[in-house]
Amino acid sequence: MINPFVINLVYLLLSLSILLSFIRLAKGPSLPDRVVALELIATMVVAIIGVHAIDTGVASFLDIAIVLALTAFLAAIGFARFLERGGPRDD
Amino acid sequence: MIEILVSIFMLSGASLGLLAAIGIIRLPDLLTRMHASTKSGALGTSLIMVGVMLAFLEPVVTFRAFAIIMFIMITSPVAAHVIARAGYFVGVSLWDGTVKDMLKESYDADSHYLRSGFEGMEDNGESDDMDKSEDSAR
Repeated sequence: MINPFVINLVYLLLSLSILLSFIRLAKGPSLPDRVVALELIATMVVAIIGVHAIDTGVASFLDIAIVLALTAFLAAIGFARFLERGGPRDD
Repeated sequence: MIEILVSIFMLSGASLGLLAAIGIIRLPDLLTRMHASTKSGALGTSLIMVGVMLAFLEPVVTFRAFAIIMFIMITSPVAAHVIARAGYFVGVSLWDGTVKDMLKESYDADSHYLRSGFEGMEDNGESDDMDKSEDSAR
């Protein structure tokens, strides 16, 4: 089995990256900055789901990771369309 | 032995994710932030999925993890391109130290027409061609 210290260290690093990108999401100067931060958060949550699947040994979590990646991609495309079709010019 | 390999993959993937987050909070500009987050985040998640493949060693799990890697590798550049395009259209200010903005010289923000720089080379009828291409671009 994987060393629990390694699992906890990986969880810590990924949580720290989510925290840092959440700071960018909160204070980002413009809306595209926030969209980029949201996309990075979604990618890191997919990584956390993978680590959790290794940790628990349940492979069904990977389906949720696929769905989450798809949803994040669609959200990014939707935000970009909203901006191009005349959303608020700056916030 | 396989646990050590899985641990190495997970730690390198998480370190790349942390690098992406540091880049997204430290870099000065939308495009540079995107440069940090897209590539590094996608590679970090892909390395963790390789770790998932090695940890389970079942064909079904390997196929699912490979599907996640392919999906991330395909959608991440597309999403970055679309957001960067939208950000440039909206008018996000570039970094002060930006050396050259080549798109600004040859791009008309109102008509969305992009000049190639070779319009003067043709002899006649270039204005008609420009009008037609503008209409088709719309």
